[in-house]
Amino acid sequence: MGSSLNRIAAMTSRYYYILRSSWLRLLEIVYWPAMQMLVWGFLYTYLYQSKSAMASAAGLLLGAVLLWDVLFRGQLGFTFTFLEEIWSRNLANLMMSPLQPFELAASLMLMSLIRLVIGTLPVMLLTLLLFSFNVFAMGPGLIMFFLNLVLTSWAIGLVVAGLVIRQGLGAESLAYSIMIVLLPLSCVYYPVEALPLWLHPVAWSLTPTYVFEGMRAVLLDGTLRTDLMIECLALNAVYLGVGFTTFVALLQSARHKGGLLTMGE
Amino acid sequence: MSRIERLLPRRHLTPVSPNATPHDNAPVSLGRDEAPAIAVEDLCKKYRSHWAVDDVNFIVPKGWTVGLLGGNGAGKTTTIAMIMGLVVPSFGRAMVLGHDMATERHKVLSRMNFESPYVALPGRLTVRQNLMVFGRLYGVANLKARVEELIEDFELGDVLDRVTGRLSAGQKTRVAVAKALINDPDVLLLDEPTASLDPDRAEWVRSRLRAYQKRRGATVLLSSHNMTEVEQLCDFVVIMSHGRIVAMGRPGELAERFKCRDLDEVFIYLARVA
Repeated sequence: MGSSLNRIAAMTSRYYYILRSSWLRLLEIVYWPAMQMLVWGFLYTYLYQSKSAMASAAGLLLGAVLLWDVLFRGQLGFTFTFLEEIWSRNLANLMMSPLQPFELAASLMLMSLIRLVIGTLPVMLLTLLLFSFNVFAMGPGLIMFFLNLVLTSWAIGLVVAGLVIRQGLGAESLAYSIMIVLLPLSCVYYPVEALPLWLHPVAWSLTPTYVFEGMRAVLLDGTLRTDLMIECLALNAVYLGVGFTTFVALLQSARHKGGLLTMGE
Repeated sequence: MSRIERLLPRRHLTPVSPNATPHDNAPVSLGRDEAPAIAVEDLCKKYRSHWAVDDVNFIVPKGWTVGLLGGNGAGKTTTIAMIMGLVVPSFGRAMVLGHDMATERHKVLSRMNFESPYVALPGRLTVRQNLMVFGRLYGVANLKARVEELIEDFELGDVLDRVTGRLSAGQKTRVAVAKALINDPDVLLLDEPTASLDPDRAEWVRSRLRAYQKRRGATVLLSSHNMTEVEQLCDFVVIMSHGRIVAMGRPGELAERFKCRDLDEVFIYLARVA
């Protein structure tokens, strides 16, 4: 156990060194969420001040943008940290070391969390300062939303990392594109009822749906739907299990295919 | 009978069974109950319709340095990758220190290491950071002292805090070899360890590898195109062509068997005949 933690710490320090080595990389982590928040923040302000029927939806919109970014950036943080190994042609060094797949996954999760905190915390504060929208007013619900979204982002990150190992850098674009599939189905900006009836089971099979429904319940009714959060956690446990199993299976498949040694730019 | 066997006179082929042992005056003899450091048994790897490695058998007793030779596409790198457990054989098995590398590699990885031009160290980390990260991955005790030792051995003091990706090819090779020795491996796999070095630096690295092997009694499997290097470092040589072993023996012995002046000529002869 001790040596396992030591290897996770070694990998996390390796990723931290990379992050620390370039201020441009650090800036990039904050830049995109900040720019996005500015756009949606101004729209929020306009709708809020217009006193139109849309005014009440403005807060929901900004909350949804912030939480969607947690999911999106969490997955990007996981996948891009992993892609560093492919770009630097270092994967074989790691696979030849005593590092176990779950230790690699754990270090990627830790790094995704660090990048997420660096990227989203300043943006949440910026939203409060510039647009007087206090995301922290969601209280303990925010922690549950954050936790569930991060777990989902890791599960998806594991599958993308596995596909990159199996298919090579041809699968790299999945890092950007895979989350977009979830956007219309997980009801980020509208309630589940807005979807056709036959898509409801699909929406409820996706963990982000529970979070965004939960967020709307907090912002509109002031109630924390713990039932939704517990269901979401249970579903996330399944997602993570499937994600890790897929990652290991694709890694094993790559060992059969013989691409681990020459993988890289 | 394989295509090579049909082409070559029978006397040119040494036995390629797992029990084939090198010459009697070997530096370390294989004890009766002792598992060899590396045992490759009926090893095959098929990629679609192409057999990259086809029925390869050899053993490397503990403490030996064995050269794996062959032209481009001979199957050396695939064989080494299967010994490392990075590639799963289609048939047969590669054992290291008594463990099947397809299924039990995690039991033995901390006692192995490797260096290959196909694999790079993280270019954005400094040399010191790279050595520290890999040292921790391998669970090296007294890591700082070990890193200092390697810095001294490989004269890395002046590049220690430089980013690895910006080093010259020769400096990168020195760092990669230092990384390969960080855990004092019992089994060391080297794929073209001096390929990017000038003759002077190559000889310098060879001397360090020789010193390490002697001090630690490590087993080394070395793939190279440099026959001088192989003659200097290796106790035994396995020559591959088209995925198969076409000859094996001591470097001097092979030259004599093939009526060649040196290993270079043996290599060229076998490459042409194959």
